Order: sequence, then C-alpha cells, then structure tokens
Amino acid sequence: MTILAIDGLVKRFGGLLATDQVSLTVEDGEIHALIGPNGAGKSTLINQLCGEIAPDEGRIRLAGQDITNMPVPDRVALGLGRTFQITSLLGDATCRQNIAMAVQARQGGNFRIWDRIAGRRDLWDQADAVLDGSALAGRADVVVHDLSHGERKQLELLIALARQPRLLLLDEPMAGLGHAESQDMIARLREVGRSVPMLLVEHDMAAVFALATRISVLVYGRIIASGSVAEIRANAEVREAYLGAEDELC
Amino acid sequence: MRPLVATLVTAALLFLFFVPMLTDLVGRPSLLALACRILIYAMAAASLNFVLGYGGMISFGHAAFFGVGAYTVGILYAHFASGELLFGFIPGSNQMLITLPAAVLVSGVFAAAIGALSLRTGGVQFIMITLAFAQMLFFFFVALKAYGGEDGIIIRRTNELAGLNMRDRVTLYYVILGFAVLFFLGLWRMVNSSFGAVLRGIQQNERRMAALGFAPYRYKLYAFILSGMGAGFAGALMANFLRYASPDMMHWTKSGELMIMVILGGVGSFFGPIFGAAAFMILETFLAGWTEHWQLLLGAVLLVIVLATKGGINGLLARIFRRGA
Ligand SMILES: Nc1ncnc2c1ncn2[C@@H]1O[C@H](COP(=O)(O)OP(=O)(O)OP(=O)(O)O)[C@@H](O)[C@H]1O
Ligand SMILES: [Mg+2]
Repeated sequence: MTILAIDGLVKRFGGLLATDQVSLTVEDGEIHALIGPNGAGKSTLINQLCGEIAPDEGRIRLAGQDITNMPVPDRVALGLGRTFQITSLLGDATCRQNIAMAVQARQGGNFRIWDRIAGRRDLWDQADAVLDGSALAGRADVVVHDLSHGERKQLELLIALARQPRLLLLDEPMAGLGHAESQDMIARLREVGRSVPMLLVEHDMAAVFALATRISVLVYGRIIASGSVAEIRANAEVREAYLGAEDELC
Repeated sequence: MRPLVATLVTAALLFLFFVPMLTDLVGRPSLLALACRILIYAMAAASLNFVLGYGGMISFGHAAFFGVGAYTVGILYAHFASGELLFGFIPGSNQMLITLPAAVLVSGVFAAAIGALSLRTGGVQFIMITLAFAQMLFFFFVALKAYGGEDGIIIRRTNELAGLNMRDRVTLYYVILGFAVLFFLGLWRMVNSSFGAVLRGIQQNERRMAALGFAPYRYKLYAFILSGMGAGFAGALMANFLRYASPDMMHWTKSGELMIMVILGGVGSFFGPIFGAAAFMILETFLAGWTEHWQLLLGAVLLVIVLATKGGINGLLARIFRRGA
C-alpha cells in the first residue's frame, strides 16, 4: 500500500524553485532514500510534507487522505513522524522528559490541570521502554543542554519513535555522527524500518546504500532519477550531477 | 518538593501567620496593610508568571484582568447597595463566596476574548496587542460614568464572609492570607500537572511541540484564560481590601509593575513572583517615604538586581542555599 504520495509539488522562494514538480511515493515496508547536493531542496520538501511550509502547487496524501493544507499537529495525529536536520528538542528537559512528552502527546489528556505529571506511571513506563536498549539508556536523566551532538541526534529519533508514527521523515539522521555512532544509527534504522516506512534524507552514501530499498535523486528541486540502489549507482546522469568521482560510489 | 524547600515554606508560613503580632510589636500597624498588598500582588504576579514564565507569552496587559476582577466586586456591591438588578436580571451581592467566583468567571471571559485574538500574533505584536486591549478597557471604565468614571466605585464595606468581622484589619489579613495559600496550592498543582508540562514544553520549543502533535494555540489560550482568572481573583481581593475599584488598577503602568515583579523575582520560577511582589512593594513604600524621586531610585535598584542576579531574587536565593547546603 502507498503510505505517502506526493504529486506535482512546487515551492518557490521568490525566484528560486526550491521544489520543482516533485512526485514520489513511499510504500509500506519501504525505506525510500532522498539524496542530493547541498541546497537541492531536501529539507524544504520535508518541511512541506510535515506542514511547516505551504507548497505553491501539488498535492500530498498520507494513506490516501489529502493532507496538503492540514496544520502540523493534525498531520502528526494522522501518524506522520519526523526528525529535524538541526536538532529541535526541549533544551531544559532531560532525555526521559523529552521522550515522555512524545508519549504524552500520543496518550492525550493534556488539558488536565489537576493531575500530577510525575504520577502518570504509564507515561514514564513507556518512555523508559523506548529508552531501554537504546544508546541513551544510561543518559536518561541528563538534560539536553548537556548532551553531545551525536546524543541529540539519537534523541531526535527516539522521540519520533515514541510517538509511534505510521511514516517517518528523517532529515539527515547521520549528519555529524562519529563512525561508531553512525554504525549504531544504521542498525537502529534498519530495525525500525522493518515496521515503519521511511523517507530518508541523507548525505552519507554508505548509510543510504546500506538501508535504502529505493533511492530518488533531487537536484535543484527536481527529481532527476529514481530507482533501486543498483540502478542509481549505475546511472550516468546521477554520477555526473551528484555522485561525482567514481571512487565515491564504492 | 525537596526537604529544604519544604522547610523554608513552612518557616515562611509561620512568619506570615505571626505578621499581625509582629507589626503590633514594632508599633507600626501600617505594615499590616503593606503585607496584605504584597500577598495580593504576589497572586497577580504569579498569574502573569504562569503565561510569561511558564508559557513564554509576554502579556503587557495583565492589569486589565486585575481591574476586571476588582470592578466585578465593585459593580456587584453597587447593585447590592442600590437594590437595582444588573442588566435587569442579575442581583448585586456583598458575599465574598459569590463575588470572588464571579470575578474569576468574568475575568476568565475577558481573558478568553483578548487571548483568542492576541494569540494569533506573536513576539512584539503580541506585547503591543495585549497592551492595546488593556488600554481600551482602561478608557472604557474611565468613560463609564454609571460606575464613577475615573473615580471608580466606592465599596462602603468589605464583602462578608462566613460571619467574620471584615472591618477588623487583622481578620481581613488572615482572610487574604488564607486565600493566598489556597491560590498557591492550586497554582502548584497546575504547574505540576499534565497541562503544566505541555505549557513548559511550548515555552521551550514551540516547533518541537507542534511536531509532536500539540496545537500550541489551544494550549496557550487555555493558559491565558487561567492566568486571567488568577489575576481577576487577585483584583477582587484588592477591591475588598482597598474598598474601591478604579480604572487606575488597569492602567498600563500597573501591567508594567506586575511584569517588573515577575522579572525581579525570577521569571518562570514558582516562588519568584512572591519575592518580586514583596521586594517591589517594600522598595516602593520605603523609597517613597524617603525621597520624592523614588521611582528613579527604584529603577536603579531594579537594574542592579536584574543585572547582578541570574534568575532574579529566586535565582539568587537558590544559589545561596545550594552553596550553604
Ligand atoms: N525559507 C526560505 N526562504 C528562502 N529560501 C530558502 C528558504 N529555505 C530554503 N531556501 C533555499 O532553498 C534551497 C533549498 O534549501 P534546503 O534547505 O531545502 O536544501 P537541502 O537540500 O536540505 O540542503 P542541505 O543538504 O544543505 O540540508 C536553498 O537554496 C535554500 O537557500
Ligand atoms: Mg537540509
């Protein structure tokens, strides 16, 4: 089944065509990677999908439902999850509290002014379940301000998972991670990808080739190629426009 | 609550309980009136802090709700005294258990209307639009000749409560203290509730909260209404204490004073507004008795406190006690 369908999306910033007639789909069970050089319009596309930027033309459908003009929280309620390229977290809160907030968003009952947030056992249990076995298990009570860059990237993903999305939009989850952290993230994404379809924006080719079931290449806002890992590796136009030197492909 | 904080709160409550005896002891009964005003302003400042500190909404018109609360008490009293029905169907009242909830309700309605419109904007625009609404209300009550215009309404007698002798200054102090304790217990619950957690989340990172599925507008509006109700409650007590309600109570300088109290005490801290209100009122009282140019001095003191302490008086105290402990 098609979980995400983008049809003829266009976004202009003044004279700049940041998104140029983009159409693509994400199917169930798929990790669809979106690659492209800096400034190609990848984040702009993600931000249109999650509703932070309104497209000028085109339609976006989530599981068959038109969400083109829906506000951000409504899309999230329908199961759209995302991570931010530049991490966007609750800076004064701990890892555990950040994750609990996602669980809280899912559970509801958040206009209650007379309960005790500390007493919502189910909330904290679920937050702990997300933390368990993750790279941040030992850092649960550390405040975000004191986390390393890599840890914040990990937390972005855990928060998105705690919300239990039907579709994940990941904007460069590997960016700035060390080698070990990257390996860890790849393993984690592969595991998550078994149950949650993803649109994965990533510069790290090793990660893309390791994870993607399909790759689309975005250059100057346009999709210039789309296909399996092998097809994209073999595509001459892609090499020229984006992948550059031969040895980068190996 | 951490043990140290619990100990300090207990000590503070004991102190507040003995304030009437202490002011008698030092032979300055006027200090009791000052204590009443501090308690009332602490509630108003804490209400502002709920949106400003916990919710990140810089409202520059909170005196409006304070004034609306005071006028509710005043207008109900005027109709009680004259026997005429308000709007032709609402009887007046001089019963605190009616007038206080009425004040909370009416200021809540005003906060809902003003909040619903102003929260569509943000940043400097929000500051200006809340200020503009408050000034509109100020001029409305100045023009409202039926209720005294710029002189406001005289309330001949403080509202009645459970047969207590409200003309007795000490009794009135304990009534205000009792309401203040209830107010801060309620506020403590709200801050530590599910909603309180969401509100602090929105203050820290609205974009993140939206990405989690929270619609910030609805939560902010709810906080704004609750905050307006709190300020209205404080205003209703002030009308009972001063025995009048006047447009001055909602002048923009009053909104500014509330904001100064919050900043002085520590934005976004639970006890900060109490410290801020106390410091502001005490400084005002003593500087005014000392020199005509007290506002200049007050400004200087404020500047020093804000620049020299991180997180206002509350932040300063927290650091002192942490070092001591
Ligand atoms: N709000 C905006 N207003 C004007 N131009 C913008 C805006 N946001 C992005 N752009 C421009 O649109 C283009 C696409 O930007 P975008 O951030 O989507 O690229 P990207 O593919 O995510 O790049 P990177 O790999 O560096 O993250 C860039 O030229 C950028 O300068
Ligand atoms: Mg980007």
